[in-house]
Amino acid sequence: MERERAMASDGAAPSRTPGEIVAERLAVVAQQHFPGSRGVAKVTRLTAGATQEIWRFDLLQADGDQPLILRRTPGGAVVERTATSTSIGLETEAEILRLVFAAGAPVPEVRHVLTPDDGLGQGFIMTFVAGETLGGRIVRDPRFAEVRPRLARQCGEILARIHATPTENAPPLKHAGAAELIEQLQSSYQATDWPRPVFELAFRWLGAHMPPPPTRPRLVHGDFRNGNLIFDETGVVAVLDWELAHIGDPMADLGWICTNPWRFGVVDKPVGGFGQREELWNGYEAAGGDPVNRAHALFWEVFGSLRWGVMCAGMIPAFRAGDSVERGVIARRASENEVDLMRLLAGKGAD
Amino acid sequence: MQDEPRADEILTRVANFLKGPATRESGPHISFQLRVAANAVEICQRQLTLAPKAEAEELARLRALLLADGDLPTLNRELAMRIRAGELTLETPGLADHLWATTLAKLAVDQPNYSGYRAALAERGGQ
Repeated sequence: MERERAMASDGAAPSRTPGEIVAERLAVVAQQHFPGSRGVAKVTRLTAGATQEIWRFDLLQADGDQPLILRRTPGGAVVERTATSTSIGLETEAEILRLVFAAGAPVPEVRHVLTPDDGLGQGFIMTFVAGETLGGRIVRDPRFAEVRPRLARQCGEILARIHATPTENAPPLKHAGAAELIEQLQSSYQATDWPRPVFELAFRWLGAHMPPPPTRPRLVHGDFRNGNLIFDETGVVAVLDWELAHIGDPMADLGWICTNPWRFGVVDKPVGGFGQREELWNGYEAAGGDPVNRAHALFWEVFGSLRWGVMCAGMIPAFRAGDSVERGVIARRASENEVDLMRLLAGKGAD
Repeated sequence: MQDEPRADEILTRVANFLKGPATRESGPHISFQLRVAANAVEICQRQLTLAPKAEAEELARLRALLLADGDLPTLNRELAMRIRAGELTLETPGLADHLWATTLAKLAVDQPNYSGYRAALAERGGQ
């Protein structure tokens, strides 16, 4: 999916661990960009993904330490983006986060965007938001039993706020409507060179049920689902992972959170495994979102299933090129999306 | 027809992992990879026991549906092309039944615990 060229920038320092290097450079960033701070502590790597690293640390301050998050390119690499990149890049993501934060949606507050002088690569520092992100826990843990019935409506309200974000001052984002997104998906599918009659059926169906362009294109999150949201006992406290943000049809976000993989086994609660579609739509409309056309919402749900299926099937070249077992197993999950698509298109109808 | 990667590719990869990182390293990362490897072996085990019969039935259905002869990969590609061209649709007698049977057979091998598969079995009365 990504075609970025990367150059390592943590530098040659064989005697020190990546954690020590990051801690040392964060201390300088704290001194220069966080007035009144006394340095950093507890610098810990949370994840190391293929497209970014996430670190947590405490900013030491006289009036109490503040937990912060560093999101940066792996190893502090400098990543050149190309026209075929599907994700937006960390600097753009930081700008979007600031706009959405100003619009009143729950997102971490961006505290600093890295500069080349910081020596940490590309990325940004944001507030740490405490809570749970694991989808299986959100749908099953008794801790969320009380708030769970309110979550779908709350997701609708949050999406309305995200979609209302003014984009005049936004960084350049890709415009991608239904037609462009289908075309991208079709080319990813055809690149797999493996016949999937159910996917073919879904492509035909999508082509025949394509909604008209939205009255006004909106800022679309692009990956708004259970798993990319932080929850606590009061509900959704932050929306994460903005790397697929684009300008397009807002209904895409309302469909994606209903696709079956994000229900974490709770099939009869289409919205993230915790609520009903009507609750999501009512919350969305009540908070000022455009009226939800049910047929269009279904279109985006079908699109979401196909999108995830093509993504799984697209793992095969990476599986063959590497040494991971996991990628092969993910590729074999494409069939899960085929059963979801059959239920949507040739079953009893939507749950 | 069971999709790629093929069972032999998966098993080769699992064996390399067991001979390599799994013997040298430990910790949560390896524990996770070991569970993935066990899952992968189980997929291959189910494929060995279930796929031959399922694929023979799939081939017979395809020959009847397409009125054509050929092996499973060829006819499956042909089916995909005819659906893409709009020559076969869900209204075509036999197509929905064929796709349901094929999809459920694939899931019985790939992920028999998948929620959507369990729901489909329940909705379709255990077909």
